[in-house]
Amino acid sequence: MIKNQEHLKLKASYCIDLAKKLGATDVSVTVGNSISETVNFRNKALDESNRSDSLAISIQTYIDKKKSSISSSNLLDENLKILIEKCYETTKITPEDEFNSLPDKDLLAIDIKDLNLYDESHLENDKKIDYLKELEETVSIDKKIVNTESGFTENKSNFILANSDGFCNGYKTSSFSASCVAVAKDENSMERDYEFTRRCHLKDIIDPKNLGKIAAEQTIKKLSPKKIGSDKISIIFDKRIAKELLSSFASAISSSAIARGTSFLKNKIDQLIFSESINVFDKPDLIKGMGSQCFDYEGVKSGALKLVEGGFLKDYLVDTYNGKKLNLKSNGRSGGSTNLYFENGKISFEELLNINSRILYITETIGHGTNLVTGDYSVGGTGFLVENGEFKYPVNEITIAGNFNDMFKNITLANDLDFRYSVNSPTMMIEGMTVAGK
Amino acid sequence: MSKFFDKSDLTRKDVDGIVSDTLKNCDDGELYFEDSKSELILLDDNKIKSSDYSSDLGFGFRAISKDVVAYSHSNEISKDSLKNSSENLKSTLKSAKGTYNHEISKTNNKFYDDINPIDQKTLSSKLEVLNKVNDYLRKKDGIVKQVTTSFSGEHKSIEIIRSGGEVLTDVRPLIRFNVSVMLEKNGRKETGVYGIGGRQSYDDYLKKDNWKNVCEEAYRIASVNLDSKPAPAGEMKVVLGPGWPAILIHEAIGHGLEGDFNRKKTSAFHNLMGQKVASEGVTIVDDGTIDKRRGSLTIDDEGTPTERTVLIENGILKNFMQDRLNARLMNTRSTGSGRRENYKHIVLPRMRNTMMLNGKQTQDEMIKSVDKGIFAVSFGGGQVDITSGKFVFNCTEAYEINNGKIGSPIKGATLIGDGPSILKEVTMVGNDMMLDPGIGTCGKAGQGVPVGVAQPSILIDKMTVGGTKL
Repeated sequence: MIKNQEHLKLKASYCIDLAKKLGATDVSVTVGNSISETVNFRNKALDESNRSDSLAISIQTYIDKKKSSISSSNLLDENLKILIEKCYETTKITPEDEFNSLPDKDLLAIDIKDLNLYDESHLENDKKIDYLKELEETVSIDKKIVNTESGFTENKSNFILANSDGFCNGYKTSSFSASCVAVAKDENSMERDYEFTRRCHLKDIIDPKNLGKIAAEQTIKKLSPKKIGSDKISIIFDKRIAKELLSSFASAISSSAIARGTSFLKNKIDQLIFSESINVFDKPDLIKGMGSQCFDYEGVKSGALKLVEGGFLKDYLVDTYNGKKLNLKSNGRSGGSTNLYFENGKISFEELLNINSRILYITETIGHGTNLVTGDYSVGGTGFLVENGEFKYPVNEITIAGNFNDMFKNITLANDLDFRYSVNSPTMMIEGMTVAGK
Repeated sequence: MSKFFDKSDLTRKDVDGIVSDTLKNCDDGELYFEDSKSELILLDDNKIKSSDYSSDLGFGFRAISKDVVAYSHSNEISKDSLKNSSENLKSTLKSAKGTYNHEISKTNNKFYDDINPIDQKTLSSKLEVLNKVNDYLRKKDGIVKQVTTSFSGEHKSIEIIRSGGEVLTDVRPLIRFNVSVMLEKNGRKETGVYGIGGRQSYDDYLKKDNWKNVCEEAYRIASVNLDSKPAPAGEMKVVLGPGWPAILIHEAIGHGLEGDFNRKKTSAFHNLMGQKVASEGVTIVDDGTIDKRRGSLTIDDEGTPTERTVLIENGILKNFMQDRLNARLMNTRSTGSGRRENYKHIVLPRMRNTMMLNGKQTQDEMIKSVDKGIFAVSFGGGQVDITSGKFVFNCTEAYEINNGKIGSPIKGATLIGDGPSILKEVTMVGNDMMLDPGIGTCGKAGQGVPVGVAQPSILIDKMTVGGTKL
């Protein structure tokens, strides 16, 4: 069983009291407990079970504008005492930073809405095994599938965030996830693809048959890929890749990147950075949302933000420290974006496929080729060549490259948005990128 | 006495009893205790941004029957907690009928000293160096717009308790010193990053004001990139410089030679043992025994002493890297490659220091032989798709080659290739092998472990360069 709120609150207040007694002027503490159970299958048989029970505490002590922090998994009072003393001593000799402080009191969250992020259902490992058996049976139906790995994870977490200004709140969250990775083989190649599902509530995850069916289909259609020639060609990013581009955008508008001057979007507020049809929202209070939160990592209330309106950048993701540096108020985004998404476009997926007669449809990228300082983007890709709206053949061993400044202004979105992750995008087309192939 | 549980209600006898009882019908398994201390002292934007210290203690209990692994970990060290984990393992492996394999080789070698690098240098003297770095770079040139520099250190002790009461221990120091600098000129911004580190004390790496060399290198990389042109796109010849570019080998070949992917037949290499997978003259080893290197280990995380494993000898595939589980299932022996990020993770076969050995040619000969291509000197991260064999990595310093001469620097581009065939495209191997500076971390299945790489300059006949210029 995960530790209850009272237990966590006791630990938090023990730390705050002790640090204050030593001489800290401000203190903040996060203490959490998380238990997860995973069962993995491989080729229709049990492969691994994994149970994890983690306690963790992190403490920041301030002496006026000086600050340092410690973290530990050992929550015995005796150990905490040693660490807090060490933290306090370290704080004393750490140089001042005028922007260090707890969040402004008037920004702290007061009303804690129930966002239905916790489902107390417990699935015994035997039931997880039943789910995986059904999943693996389905994914293996086609003989071209030569290897399968799937897993089911149940996670329950609880936490308390407390500070010496009297904030003390926390709540439970849960997640249930299942995944399936399949390997398919034919005379020309061996290919891998996957599908997964993750939800706060057990009853909302995809059923095993469907999950297996999708994983198998996606893998088999990648067999016998070809390499295409180097070219400028329209690219469609499948939803699972389009969301990665949105995540890069979120990193580039984090107040830390802006304050440090290491973002290509610095000083772009109220400027046109996307095509005029683009709107981007970040909403922390979606019921059962995978990125939902009642307050941010510092206890600051977070409201909905319209980050991009008609292509114009309207807001950054601001925390307390960098906010003070930029002369902005925290908007409750010290943990980054919450439920971030592009608003739907105006055309259907089919219409998007038919915009140009020859399109590269990307389903997977590899590599870390995103440079947020310059906006340069260059990654390896796999996908399909689409001609006249039809998927012709799989493509791999190519790279796609461009610069976000240009790419963002050439985005066209379909109207097929759904909320599967904490960052979500409809299918996305970008024109004018370079493909390097043979 | 054990520093891992002497403050709990557990005695050595309890622990041995629970371990032996849990593993009695299993083929293998162990209880792994880990006590790690780590710190991050970071200066950024003219300020000390972090002064963080972390202390973590926990156990991971593993039982293996045939090819099924049951694992349970916790940071609550108590009799109840250990018994809970034991019950959890037993319930997964209720039908186990194996015989425990007690065999494990021993070593008297040690590849690093039993030191605590965090305590060996005072916080004040760490802060002093970080401030010097910041001042040095900002005074050096007005185009320096941002400096980030950090010390990170770790002191990790482990104890492995096997069925029957056998105990294996290791104490592992690890440090890294890093400098990142951003320059801005004519509206262009470019970053250069350089770092050093390994399994010694901070001061071993900072002798003779060595921090200045690290600053200079980071600054040099950034300034080269300020003048870079868009990279070409398409297939061409690629010369790789010595040292760190060996992450190409790590991504392209290394992961595909890890035991688990080959036992499961998901690696593109699984049926190529004994066959020619590289050009003649290409020899690749994975070595855990190099003194004080970042990827070195006295024993791996299952207790097996590490070794120098020959993976490819003169072009022929010789060995995979094995942990105990995959070795047993493939009827071979562990190569001391069983590693985990920490007690929260299961053991997987992993690389240590992966190296391509010297050949006979010089870098000059390689450059001169190229009409049109690129010369890649330094890289950021890489990644591989084990199954298709396709891998990428990102240049952070690269130049055009035109008619046998090095030309302008080019913008960061991704290179993509095919693992099983890339080493057959190696047409020259240099005589200038270098180790990397000690900064690599390899990610696999969500676990990061410190690794090293090394290689001489090499010429690859054909690779796809992912630039924007057609």
